[in-house]
Amino acid sequence: MTTLPSHTNKKLGLVIDLDTCVGCHACATNCKEWNTGGHAAALTDYDPYGAKPNGVWFNRVHSFEVKRGDRPNLTINFPRSCLHCDNAACVTVCPTGASYKRAEDGIVLVNTDKCIGCKLCSWACPYGAREFDEDQGVMKKCTLCIDRIYNENLEPEDRQPACVLTCPAGARHFGDLNDPESAVSQLTAARHGRDLMPELGYKPTNKYLPPRARKVDSADIGAPEELEPIVADGFLGWLDNVLSK
Amino acid sequence: MHPAFSVIFFTTCSGAGYGLLAMLGILGAADMLPNDRWLGLSGLFFALTLVSVGLMASTFHLGRPERAWRAMTQWKSSWLAREGVMAVLTYIPAGLFGIGWVWFEDTSGLWAVAGVVSALLAWLTVICTAMIYKSLRTIHQWHNDWTVPSYLLLSVMSGAVLMSVLIHLFGFTNPYIQGVTVVTLVLGWGLKTMYWSFNKRSKGLPSVNSAIGIDAAGDVSVLELPHTSENYLMKEMGYRVAQKHADKLRAISHITGFALPLALSLLAMFIEGYAALGAVLLAWALCSMGIIVERWLFFAEAKHTVNLYYGATSV
Repeated sequence: MTTLPSHTNKKLGLVIDLDTCVGCHACATNCKEWNTGGHAAALTDYDPYGAKPNGVWFNRVHSFEVKRGDRPNLTINFPRSCLHCDNAACVTVCPTGASYKRAEDGIVLVNTDKCIGCKLCSWACPYGAREFDEDQGVMKKCTLCIDRIYNENLEPEDRQPACVLTCPAGARHFGDLNDPESAVSQLTAARHGRDLMPELGYKPTNKYLPPRARKVDSADIGAPEELEPIVADGFLGWLDNVLSK
Repeated sequence: MHPAFSVIFFTTCSGAGYGLLAMLGILGAADMLPNDRWLGLSGLFFALTLVSVGLMASTFHLGRPERAWRAMTQWKSSWLAREGVMAVLTYIPAGLFGIGWVWFEDTSGLWAVAGVVSALLAWLTVICTAMIYKSLRTIHQWHNDWTVPSYLLLSVMSGAVLMSVLIHLFGFTNPYIQGVTVVTLVLGWGLKTMYWSFNKRSKGLPSVNSAIGIDAAGDVSVLELPHTSENYLMKEMGYRVAQKHADKLRAISHITGFALPLALSLLAMFIEGYAALGAVLLAWALCSMGIIVERWLFFAEAKHTVNLYYGATSV
């Protein structure tokens, strides 16, 4: 059914650090690589070697510039993927039952055998997390690598979403955001993790950590404003005197 | 939003069909129409054809039309499923009403009940269609209190304009029925004008800052897009219409959808015979065109929040 579960035991999701993300697109690339052979395979490409290649991706990395008056501009690299919302309207609008939210872990999935490709779920998602597969005529979305995180054929340390494993900057974290003791919850609390577009009331599970305050002035790192001249004595003092004449 | 032809055709065509069906059901039950079998047959056939053609067109935009039947299962949560269920249910009383009118030439008693029920279900179907759009918090231009009354009234109005054609075709002129057409045109025009002016002055809450989670940190602009060519999101949600074109199309919709049909429908009250029939036929042709333009603008001017990630500063 496309009604939402009244509560989920876990809230598995991602915490994405906008301070450390370098915008390298490795998460998006590894996501494509894993998922084109995974649960939602294939992530179809159209015109892959042509002039206008495009296709289905679950993760897109945007780059923004923030102008902050007389302070230096900020560059924000912003990876965008499904936030596995508590209040996932993409699920409730689905007329067929193809979209659903799992009661056990809160992951939002599409059953592509039931999907009729009406695209309404993609209209209902504020974040653009769902992309239509024109070849198969069905909707696709991030599965939180459900075929990795529970996969007992993988080493325990590899049972994480592909995007998290591959991030070279350590900007992506995976865990249970329903458990206040989990590393991701602690990180979110410490760094004041944010919901995206909270005004719409979707209650996303994924959190975004805002950039830390930039260290611009010497005082920011505890250094003096300017250095005091060195007063030398002995031979160096005599030399300083001679050369200063 | 991308103005998909199949959805524009569906909402305008089925909207007019449901409007006419409701008009026939109510006026027939109220005994305001002659029990003539051919009037009933033509009217109901035309109404149900418009409804059915529209519903079929709506399946053309599906990725997997052969699975369309599944779209009726999730009526507990989905307005699209409710629309499907209502659309199918409407055929039952409409069919019964048709049997009474066409076979027995009787629109009273239980047949009248069937007429009223088919009108109510027709209106409910249109309300469900409108609720699909109204319920989307992602699109401020749809998620407001104007969407549902506007869809319903424009459906009633299109039905009334068709009803005028029908009664004139059968040489049965009734100032009350023609009066209903005039009144719905006035109300429809007024409501849509207010709806357009609401959308002009009102904006959605989300901003690009809240979309990327760095509220109040400064002015945000796009430095680089994630991909080099248009993806699904940009094609489906990123449709942009130039303001000058939108204003021109809106003027066309004002004139052909409302002003001219209103003038022609008023004129038809004071003339007779073929001249009156010509006037209501022209009113119908112009009104259909105007409403298609209105519906095109409904989609083209809707700004989805995903545009905030692709350079829009407000939606």
